[in-house]
Amino acid sequence: MIQARAIHKHFGALHVLRGVDLAVAERELVFVIGPSGSGKSTLLRCLNRLEEPSSGSIVIDGIDLLDKRTDINRVRQRIGMVFQSFNLYPHMTALGNVTLAVRKVGGKSRAEADAIGLAALERVGLADRADHHPAQLSGGQQQRVAIARAVALEPRVMLFDEPTSALDPELVGGVLKVMRELRESGMTMVVVSHEMGFARSAADRVIFMADGAIVEQGTPEAVFGAPVEARTRAFIGQIQRHA
Amino acid sequence: MIETFLNLDILRAAWPVLLHGLGITLLLSAMTIPLGLGAGLGLALLSTVRTRWVRWPLIAYVDLFRAFPPLVLLILLYAGLPFAGIEMGGFGCVAVGFFLNTGAYYGEVLRAGIESVPAGHSEAARATGLSRLQTLIWVVLPQAIRNVAPDLLSNTLEVVKLTSLASVVAIPELLFQSRQAQALTYNPTPLVAASVIYFVVLWPLVRLLSRLEHRAIAGRR
Ligand SMILES: Nc1ncnc2c1ncn2[C@@H]1O[C@H](COP(=O)(O)OP(=O)(O)O)[C@@H](O)[C@H]1O
Ligand SMILES: [Mg+2]
Repeated sequence: MIQARAIHKHFGALHVLRGVDLAVAERELVFVIGPSGSGKSTLLRCLNRLEEPSSGSIVIDGIDLLDKRTDINRVRQRIGMVFQSFNLYPHMTALGNVTLAVRKVGGKSRAEADAIGLAALERVGLADRADHHPAQLSGGQQQRVAIARAVALEPRVMLFDEPTSALDPELVGGVLKVMRELRESGMTMVVVSHEMGFARSAADRVIFMADGAIVEQGTPEAVFGAPVEARTRAFIGQIQRHA
Repeated sequence: MIETFLNLDILRAAWPVLLHGLGITLLLSAMTIPLGLGAGLGLALLSTVRTRWVRWPLIAYVDLFRAFPPLVLLILLYAGLPFAGIEMGGFGCVAVGFFLNTGAYYGEVLRAGIESVPAGHSEAARATGLSRLQTLIWVVLPQAIRNVAPDLLSNTLEVVKLTSLASVVAIPELLFQSRQAQALTYNPTPLVAASVIYFVVLWPLVRLLSRLEHRAIAGRR
């Protein structure tokens, strides 16, 4: 589903991604861990071209993402993204947030879009909050609306950048539950997160990144249970102590 | 005293002239506000472009016309440009001068508004496939305008007041008309009446502004 090869990214003199290769199969859930500043967000943002890679190639669902002729706005509908800080539009209701792109990019009428939007909110358990504004929702509810906003476009892949890091602990479970259901429905997912419990039960593969490169990868049992690299061991020891 | 400053006979005689002046004042405002807003929006959008070749002229423009006293600008256009062979007439000078001046001010207000919208909102919109323009129209501008609504309104109040400057280039707006009536009658009543009319027209806007400002402060808490 995703074939990213030799991705490099420079921010001025800063070499943030140093040749990352990432292949994700259909229906696979890849879980990415790594210290702050290791380039996890930048990698995800390259996968929907919110950042332009300095070099490398990315093919998603058969489409060459970096080809100048590719209509990036069409492709982005196929690639859902969920951010750490939710990024809901505060001047719109939950339903308005979910239906904006369905209408403006998908070209659906308001009635069609509302039906699609309500179904998406239903999937994240928030159909009864459709008329609420983001400020009237808890952080966990806001993040579930953000997931519905992506899901409503029927993406082929979903990218999650630390979706629960900004949440109070008691709200994390609701968001992880929605993500688990999404995975069970067969969604291909790349998840950057520290939720090791979720990784153990839901991830097919865990990738450990450091200094802009993939250091180690394998099944959750292998990477968490018996990491080969010293840096991986040190990092996992660290987050287990904090969890 | 009342005979002098509030002479009813004179008021009655001058009333049609004053009303006509009010009409021109409102017309000038109705012309300047959309022009200035349009120019300001253009400037604010240009200011999101990071290229040096766009930024520098933009900063120069905004600085120049915010530092330039609008009365001086108007007289320069009206009395100076004819020497360069450019005659725009009073109305043309007012249109151009106010456009340049208010555009710079609206531009700064709208730029602040656009910058107040978190980048993450635009990124989320772009990530769902919205184009740059769609993101601007549906996500950024509605928030930007709401965030600087008090400043936009306050600027608009200033624009209405600014139109009185048009009297120096003989546009028959409210101030000009009241001066004419005063000169004809040797009595200040028309001026007093004009002042009252300005107040009556602007006061509701001032009230509205106060309410917006209070709401903005309450919203920040
Ligand atoms: N837009 C940017 N401009 C300059 N440097 C950036 C930008 N985005 C990220 N960086 C830098 O790139 C490095 C990797 O950042 P990031 O991908 O956010 O790491 P992570 O998500 O793993 O914490 C950091 O050093 C960060 O400061
Ligand atoms: Mg990050």
